[in-house]
Amino acid sequence: MTYSNSRNQSDSAIIDQDESVFNVEGVKVFYGGFMALLDVYLKIPDKQIIAFIGPSGCGKSTLLRCFNRMNDLIPGAKVEGRLNYRDRNIYDPKINSVKLRRQVGMVFQRPNPFPKSIYENIAFSPRANGYKGNIDELVEDSLRRAAIWNEVKDKLKEKGTALSGGQQQRLCIARAIAMKPDVLLMDEPCSALDPISSRQVEELCLELKQQYTIIMVTHNMQQASRVADFTAFFNTEIDEYGKRRGKLVEFNPTPQMFSYPQTKEAEDYISGRFG
Amino acid sequence: MSTSYQPDDSLDSSAEFTDNVESRETLGKVFEVLFLLGLLIGLFVLALLLFDIFRDGLGRFLSPGFLTETPSRFPDQGGIRPAIISSVLLGSVVILVTVPIGVGAALYLEEYAPKAWWTAIIEINISNLAGVPSIVYGLLGLGVFNYLLGFGPALISGALTLSLLSLPVIIVAAREAIRAVPDSLRNASYGLGVTKWKTISSHVLPYAVPGILTGVIISVSRAIGDAASLIVVGAVGFLTFNPGLFQRFMALPIQIYSYITRPEPGFASAAAATIIALLILILLLNGIAIYIRQRFSIS
Repeated sequence: MTYSNSRNQSDSAIIDQDESVFNVEGVKVFYGGFMALLDVYLKIPDKQIIAFIGPSGCGKSTLLRCFNRMNDLIPGAKVEGRLNYRDRNIYDPKINSVKLRRQVGMVFQRPNPFPKSIYENIAFSPRANGYKGNIDELVEDSLRRAAIWNEVKDKLKEKGTALSGGQQQRLCIARAIAMKPDVLLMDEPCSALDPISSRQVEELCLELKQQYTIIMVTHNMQQASRVADFTAFFNTEIDEYGKRRGKLVEFNPTPQMFSYPQTKEAEDYISGRFG
Repeated sequence: MSTSYQPDDSLDSSAEFTDNVESRETLGKVFEVLFLLGLLIGLFVLALLLFDIFRDGLGRFLSPGFLTETPSRFPDQGGIRPAIISSVLLGSVVILVTVPIGVGAALYLEEYAPKAWWTAIIEINISNLAGVPSIVYGLLGLGVFNYLLGFGPALISGALTLSLLSLPVIIVAAREAIRAVPDSLRNASYGLGVTKWKTISSHVLPYAVPGILTGVIISVSRAIGDAASLIVVGAVGFLTFNPGLFQRFMALPIQIYSYITRPEPGFASAAAATIIALLILILLLNGIAIYIRQRFSIS
């Protein structure tokens, strides 16, 4: 798939409630009693790439970490509002966050392979979750989908941490895919990579969106314009206590966001007059 | 090394900096030599100690039966077998008791307990306990194990007392090791839909094993070499049978103490020979720990 193809698709994409994977209804996030993210309303369409852009501290990573409840692991973090994943509120106390994270995989800013063999990196989580199929096949299939199989097939027993940064990140993507998730969250997946490795990860994302919904936080606006079908722009504002908090400013199909932004704030940010 | 000591001023910068790089580098050299001196003093004292002990004790250590016989009232007869068996048993029980409890406590504090005022108080207290003199633990052991639990002056009382002595150091070291596990590793595991316990057992603990083992070696070595607490709990200086868990016991440090309190000159070399045995035992323990650490080490 080429870059131009994906953009044509997104031109015609319509946000349809029935097709949305996530429906964010007034989500607020607090850290230690202070609001870090103001009410967000957002619908994440299925099988698309959604980019979150905005200056540092605007809450884009914070929101991303709500989708698989990784914020639960941060002491003092509190989430209010409804966040529906396929019509179930994932902040319902009855929802098991471990099960949710099997459906909503995550790729982190710094590649973080386990200090184990490449094979074990992929096989660990399926095995821990009682995968009934053939693990060898699953490992190969995941590595192929992550476009790294040819580079590692002869050294599956070597440590994942011995790979280059870009390979490590694709290994982490393969590891996430092995759990057969529905959604992939990516928190600045290319910010620690060189341009060639970034490009490979971007191409991989375009490949993967056939099967997965991808939500990606990025500081690189070219990257957002290249790969994302939709872009959400977040910004910061000062609250009544003089504290900075984040808010969602605009959410639109990427071509529209970058050519005809609806808000002054987004226009200023995208045209480089701000941030 | 440069052949000319003429300062080279061809790279001197403008007048805005006082360019005395040469003298500042000399200061660095002075400190390097001072630090080396510190190392040499430590090594010298250690070498002197080892030399003295081996000169006094090596002959007796190598004499037939020293490691395999029971003590005798004649300085050049008998051996230290009961003391060796006691010390090995004491060390084994200490490891078996303290590692699960210590690592468990450290895991709870680091991975489960909320970061609150009471965990901070517990943390300070554990660090303090690590510095309490061993004789105080001996009194505690005497009260709890000898009398309250009714074990009397048996090996198990001594072993449990030494376990109490070792626990704080193991907990502190294990906490440090667990804290040093990068959060990215935990996040990676949680992000894949892995449970907390599986994350800890598969990623956090293996990563922390080398650090935990360091703490275990330090504290068990200290326990094996400790005499004061065992004297309080009731270790004896003379034993003619192989001690069991619930029998009277001795230990290598106690044997050393017992030898040096005797007036006959021959006992001095017997004490030195026992010190050699104790050093070898601790060395063996370190060797095992280093071997395990190598096997687990993550690079």
